[in-house]
Amino acid sequence: MNKMKGAVVINTNRCKGCSLCVVACPYSVLELARKKVNASGYAYAQATNAEACVGCAACGTVCPDGCITVYRMKVEEK
Amino acid sequence: MTTDIIKPENLVYAKPALLNDTTMHYCPGCSHGVVHKLIAEVIADMGMEEKTVGVSPVGCAVFAYRYIDIDWQEAPHGRAPALAVGIKRLWPNRLVFTYQGDGDLACIGTAETLHALNRGDNITIIYVNNAIYGMTGGQMSATTLLEQPTATCPTGRTPELHGYPIDITNLAVQLEGTCFVSRQSVETVAAINKAKRAIRKAFEASMEGKGSSLVEIVSTCSSGWKMSPVAANKWMQENMFDHYKKGDLKDRTKE
Repeated sequence: MNKMKGAVVINTNRCKGCSLCVVACPYSVLELARKKVNASGYAYAQATNAEACVGCAACGTVCPDGCITVYRMKVEEK
Repeated sequence: MTTDIIKPENLVYAKPALLNDTTMHYCPGCSHGVVHKLIAEVIADMGMEEKTVGVSPVGCAVFAYRYIDIDWQEAPHGRAPALAVGIKRLWPNRLVFTYQGDGDLACIGTAETLHALNRGDNITIIYVNNAIYGMTGGQMSATTLLEQPTATCPTGRTPELHGYPIDITNLAVQLEGTCFVSRQSVETVAAINKAKRAIRKAFEASMEGKGSSLVEIVSTCSSGWKMSPVAANKWMQENMFDHYKKGDLKDRTKE
């Protein structure tokens, strides 16, 4: 069976930590960084559960600052 | 595993090419960023990158010209529709739109807005309504909801003292000159896709010379409302949509 696998790349320097992507993700892939901030002082978003990503691009669509790039490919499951 | 997926041929979503790398000055979670992205995507989809002139307002979006890589003019407070009409009449083959907030459009620029729409000039007005003066510190605007607290009405807006919230989009429906009037929002993926289609339709109608278009985007102001971005989206869904009902309120683009 084919399965969609996705990956997100987050521009952490541009991220303002609004967490709209965290809420929008249906598979709980993203989380805000804990005790870590970027150069502007924001706790940025990161993909802590990257394996669950299906590349639906919901996070990228809702991101107001255009920080998220999304990739997706079909993977055959054995 | 993820490194296998991150290849150019697998790309499904990226920041629009027309949106440049300048960090936006908007607060975290501000709806303006999403609307900027949609405009950048629609202009690129239409292939109008070299033929678009935006008119930026006074308000939070005053620096819109720094973020989207097209031609821009900066208008005095509320006067963006007047400026856009001038540009469009001199340059009919350009896509001309204004980008205004509620303080700019519904308070100081009401006359310009309604007359430009009424004349049916082939411009599009993108109206970002967050029911507050965000840039100056969260004062009450003409579109602030009844009972909504702001810096200048801390116990909530009352009709006896402050009057009622004005609904410019509903007024625009009544005007003969408008061909497309729509009210959208950008808090979920589905809503964002709908808003993008509305902006596209409005831009196409103004290029086809069908009249003026108004697309209102009901949006949040998390700093002005003193909420987190997520809570602000929820507050908007629960309160704003009751008064500002979403949907295509007028569509004469097919006639």
